[in-house]
Amino acid sequence: MSFGADNVTVAGRLDGVSLNCRRGMITAICGPNGAGKSTLLSVIAGLVKPDAGHAVMGGRPLTAVSLAQRAQWIGYLPQTPEVAWDVSVEVLISLGRLPWRGAPAAETQAAIEDAIAAMDLQDLRHRPVSTLSGGERARALMARVLATQPGWLLADEPFASLDLAHGLALMQRLRQQARAGKGVVIVLHDLATAMNHADQVLVLAKGKVEAEGPPEMALSREVVSRVWNCPAHWLGDPGERALSIGAPAPLAVDFRQQF
Amino acid sequence: MNLRFVLLLALALLVAVPLSLLAGRVWINPFSPELQNASVILVQLRLPRAVLALVLGAGLGAAGAAMQGYLRNPLADPGLFGIAPGAALGAVLSFWTGYASAPWMLPLFALIGAGGAMTLLALIAGRGGGVALFTLAGLMVSSLAGALMSLAISLTPSPFAMSEIVTWMMGSLADRSWREVWIATPLTLTGLGVLFYAGRDLDAMTLGEMAARSLGVEPLRLQALMILGVGLIVGAGVAVAGIIGFVGLMVPHLVRPMTDRKPSSLIVPSAVAGALLLLFADCLCRVLPLAGGELRLGIALSLLGAPFFLRLLLKMRRGMVA
Repeated sequence: MSFGADNVTVAGRLDGVSLNCRRGMITAICGPNGAGKSTLLSVIAGLVKPDAGHAVMGGRPLTAVSLAQRAQWIGYLPQTPEVAWDVSVEVLISLGRLPWRGAPAAETQAAIEDAIAAMDLQDLRHRPVSTLSGGERARALMARVLATQPGWLLADEPFASLDLAHGLALMQRLRQQARAGKGVVIVLHDLATAMNHADQVLVLAKGKVEAEGPPEMALSREVVSRVWNCPAHWLGDPGERALSIGAPAPLAVDFRQQF
Repeated sequence: MNLRFVLLLALALLVAVPLSLLAGRVWINPFSPELQNASVILVQLRLPRAVLALVLGAGLGAAGAAMQGYLRNPLADPGLFGIAPGAALGAVLSFWTGYASAPWMLPLFALIGAGGAMTLLALIAGRGGGVALFTLAGLMVSSLAGALMSLAISLTPSPFAMSEIVTWMMGSLADRSWREVWIATPLTLTGLGVLFYAGRDLDAMTLGEMAARSLGVEPLRLQALMILGVGLIVGAGVAVAGIIGFVGLMVPHLVRPMTDRKPSSLIVPSAVAGALLLLFADCLCRVLPLAGGELRLGIALSLLGAPFFLRLLLKMRRGMVA
């Protein structure tokens, strides 16, 4: 296993979960509220110490890798990122270069410029973060992670407040990362995004793995209906799926039967 | 822009230091030095005092900047860790036991007190390295030291000792000599070095504890650096001058808008501005006519600091804090 979790248990949140992420792939972690998605992400980022099992990187336990090296290899975007000081967008993004202490200035600047371009922040680069809208702020925070240029990019709900165009741009960027041989692991709420764009999906519920594999399999109609406890079916063709939830016809029948 | 700002502050210092040497109960006119013991006043009284103001001010300013960065809170102050009350307790004990009259003993007792508070803090805060727990530990150390200090004062053997303690606690640079400079300077400089070294980790803390760890910050290491850096500075300051508040709170605030607001960018400008503020406040104390001697530095700064603090709170209430 190159990266992921090996039989990880975190009391009350994860129960013997294994996840094998591969380079060159986008791995999505899905599940209903409280399933343990964010906990799993922070375990494989090395930020939460599991009670049993361990996170893995490069075939060895993550704890065997130094913190400085982990910081260069793993970029992590938390679910509710905070920015304590009213720094400019550019300064915020430059924090992503902190793990690369002593790197040449030109390299640092190139990475920052690349992240700014990727998240379309050229016009906002000198703005204080307090003046940004929610979506603009989310883009700036994502750019901070991109600026690290990590081998593994871990993001918790990176699309949550992005508009359509910027969401698409981010997805293209993540795909580009994967094509370049890097690994991408994202927690996703939107199942259609996972269905259409992920290469492999892990479905969690109540801290346990419910399904895993290619999206068409792991997010099949049966799995979604059972795990999310909500009648659902997929519309459209593979690659451009949309999820329809609820079940109008049988409900109408039930409705009539009551009278 | 940052560099230009620091240079500007340094230039202001260059003007302020000679001026401060002239000001005092006896004004010295540099162009007609007819005063008999002008050189004695300058070299033995005013120069050590000015140097001490610069050293302590620089330390407190930088420690304030680092504390605010570490706790991610613009209202944080170097006093929060409970190291100042620890040092003050040590000093009070030296009065209580009568050792204070012997040379070096008062600062030594204060430094031992500061060291004790630092150790206690490290022991209580434990292995997690979490900031919230650490702040609570500081609060606990602070109130424990405060209670013991009050106990010591209330049990003071003589009224003279009590009045000495109370006057000393107000903080002052009056009648300080080169001896105090030699005590405070190496400790403060070491503390400044430690905090400067912690700058990058403090920058990462901007993004919160989790994200900071993902950027390679070891919470325990940073915590140790903070205890050591802030402890050396605050301990040395209390040892030679008593409790001097508000510098660490005010200075980073005044300086922050002139920088890119990263904690590491604040440390050096805050040191220079802190030196300037303390020098100015000390001159003010010397010059103000007051019947019973001079105004105590700690009181002067608190008088300056309280309205500043209020303004900050009102600004925060309006949600537009810098």
